[in-house]
Amino acid sequence: MDVRLTAEDGYSTQRSYSVASAPDGETVELTVQRTDDGEVSPYLTDELTVGDLVELRGPVGGWFVWRPEQKEPVFLLAGGSGLVPLMAMIRMRRAVGSRTPFRLIYSARSPETQLFTSELRRGDPGLDTTYVYTRSTPPQWSRPAGRIDASAISSGGWPPDFEPTCYVCGSTGFVETAAGLLVALGHHPGRIRTERFG
Amino acid sequence: MSVVSRGFRGRARDALHQLPPGQYETTGFPVLSAGPTPTVPLDEWELTVRTETGAGRRWTWEQLLALPSETPTVDLHCVTKWSKFDTEWQGVSLDVLLQDVESSADYALVHSYGDYTTNIPVEDLLDGKAWIAHRYDGEALPPEHGGPARLLVPHLYFWKSAKWVREIVLMHEEERGFWETVGYHTYGDPWREQRYQGD
Repeated sequence: MDVRLTAEDGYSTQRSYSVASAPDGETVELTVQRTDDGEVSPYLTDELTVGDLVELRGPVGGWFVWRPEQKEPVFLLAGGSGLVPLMAMIRMRRAVGSRTPFRLIYSARSPETQLFTSELRRGDPGLDTTYVYTRSTPPQWSRPAGRIDASAISSGGWPPDFEPTCYVCGSTGFVETAAGLLVALGHHPGRIRTERFG
Repeated sequence: MSVVSRGFRGRARDALHQLPPGQYETTGFPVLSAGPTPTVPLDEWELTVRTETGAGRRWTWEQLLALPSETPTVDLHCVTKWSKFDTEWQGVSLDVLLQDVESSADYALVHSYGDYTTNIPVEDLLDGKAWIAHRYDGEALPPEHGGPARLLVPHLYFWKSAKWVREIVLMHEEERGFWETVGYHTYGDPWREQRYQGD
């Protein structure tokens, strides 16, 4: 979704943000990660209040989306704020009452930096979530802190012969690693869709 | 019509460089792609040009590197809003690759390893406007940025600069590529802000 801001002197700039909500025809939820020296995200997170107007356009693309008519299992791999567009798929699945089995691996720096924590904890029938922590884990966590690897993908995801569609979203480092592991484990590159944040 | 965003001032404007409408400058080099990064061993890599008659020209990696190359310094404009100034590339001009190719076709569909496609008018590939780039910033082009070699067409939005380029098919009728089929603009001129179909 494109957000355009215009200053009083006519200067205008735009940014693209991922939609976190399932389409309901009325509202749209964007998740904005604040960058301290950013031009737009501090304005959106600190300054913007209810009643202010912004210009929105989109969403455009239609590639990194899940459609309920897809019947194959779905494998979601999220790194950090890369969870956002995958959360939109989980919410879409919930909104239409789909029984398509989903598995999610969510790699976060630490429990404190997790997004959508309580919503994921409540869970959905048919959605299995596995957490990978890269810096610090919750107490008594079975898996030590570390980056996503082949064993995490094998135990938390679908085997390649189930032919899931895989959606991978996160930083470039995360996407390169996770998508590369999926291919190495035998998932067909044509069933792996990727999206990245700078 | 534009809505003034109460309290928004924006950053100091860069007087040296001009940004196309709606773009902002980044000094990083963001990576975007629709699928996994393909690995193409150099001894299996080849680039093909196929014409409307079915005739073809083919270059191996060694043959590509043996062609005269240029070192363009260009500005990049990505449809996701970032622009990057003064990027330094090395590559072979499409003028060199297409000079002995018999064709009267007006359109090209560029294919990548990994099945990405994008469409470009042939005139936008000629006259010093496009290269098959194999080095970036003095180094071999990294895989996530399209290595071993990518198309570089910097006067159009950067999705037109297909990573992992494999084949250029010349045709009389325009055929839309991957992003063009799902809503992005058929031509993609950043200075006319042609982001999406209908712009």
